[in-house]
Amino acid sequence: MSHLIGHYNYWIVIFLMMAGLYVVIAQGNLVKKIVGLNIFQASVYILFISMAKVEGGTAPIIVEGTTLYSNPLPHVLILTAIVVGVATTALALALVVRINSAYSSVEEDEIHEQDQSF
Amino acid sequence: MYTPIQPFNLVLRIAAKMLIPLILMFALYVQFHGEYGPGGGFQAGVIFAAAFILYALVFGMAAARAVATETVLRVLAALGVLLYCGVGLAAVFAGGNFLDYNVLARDGVSGQHLGIMLVEFGIGITVASVMIMIFYAFAERGVTR
Amino acid sequence: MVLLGFLTVTVLSVVFLRDLFAIVMLFGIYSFLAAALFVTLDAVDVAFTEAAVGAGISTFLLLATLALTARREKTLPDRPLLPLLVIGIVAAALVYGTLDMPHFSDPHAPAHSRTAPYYIESTATEIGVPNIVTAVLASYRGYDTLGELIVIFTAGIGVIALIGYRKRDRDT
Repeated sequence: MSHLIGHYNYWIVIFLMMAGLYVVIAQGNLVKKIVGLNIFQASVYILFISMAKVEGGTAPIIVEGTTLYSNPLPHVLILTAIVVGVATTALALALVVRINSAYSSVEEDEIHEQDQSF
Repeated sequence: MYTPIQPFNLVLRIAAKMLIPLILMFALYVQFHGEYGPGGGFQAGVIFAAAFILYALVFGMAAARAVATETVLRVLAALGVLLYCGVGLAAVFAGGNFLDYNVLARDGVSGQHLGIMLVEFGIGITVASVMIMIFYAFAERGVTR
Repeated sequence: MVLLGFLTVTVLSVVFLRDLFAIVMLFGIYSFLAAALFVTLDAVDVAFTEAAVGAGISTFLLLATLALTARREKTLPDRPLLPLLVIGIVAAALVYGTLDMPHFSDPHAPAHSRTAPYYIESTATEIGVPNIVTAVLASYRGYDTLGELIVIFTAGIGVIALIGYRKRDRDT
């Protein structure tokens, strides 16, 4: 029972991750796949940051009088990950725009048909 | 170069004229107070780019391109990366390791302050100019010439 | 928590909707709720960056792409058996992995008692900067931040190379 109370937030975040992964795998529209990928990435960030929280601690900025801070190392990792994620999204969307101007569609099965009919 | 004032555009233009200087100042505040509170280079660069995007949305792309030309943006984007590597190499020339800020000034702590401030400034410049460049690329794509 | 409930509802509606504009707006809401969640978890720097970058730049880029491509999705897939099976296996493996983890916000977890106290204590003496996250990002792990900056620069160059030229006769 203490497992349930201590871990239930991780399980909810894992459900969010799996929903994002489902959108990437199973949906056919390219723009919706990129949205699903971003949702998956944001859920991973939530998982990491919730592992960094310390009960009774504050934000990791040194002020007089407090001694217990949250763990700053996952914050640094996720900061880098967020910025790299947006760079990847920008490149992916530029590719989608070029695909649209070449095939005049962003649905995955229509693009496959046009490729195989050459 | 400026589109003529029309009645349904007036509220947007006045609100944007009041907001854009505040957004730019907030971006500078976040940039240089990143050491004392939440903030730093990345957030400041994105907020700076948001001010330029607001200007382009309200006053038109031609007006925005007159302020932030493409050549200037490309030079600034490369300049930020160059500044970061330059700080690292200056540490090497001063006798320490690469990106060792302790040797940049008289004692260790002020050397760290100087190194962190220069590095965050380089990050802010590059992030702001790259975001504005990406905005120009996406916004000009649908225009036939 | 309440925020996790909102996040779940948002994700479920993204899966089942077909109007892409609504999906992009819901993604913006998801990013903003994640930033609020980060604030309650004491991660103020990360919340700032997620709100600015995720709810700002990502939503704007998706809307710009929607303006250049279609607005509605075609149909929902009709055979979701195999993806659901894959996702079920991955979710079961992840939940099995979390059973070994320490409880949420446990102060005696091994992650908080080996490396983190060194950084927290030596930031005040060696660097003298109050924000520990900025000190670690720019000074202790400065080499990684250089790599991150080069990644942003490369993404900007890549976007210009793909869609940056204004002549229309360059399209294939």
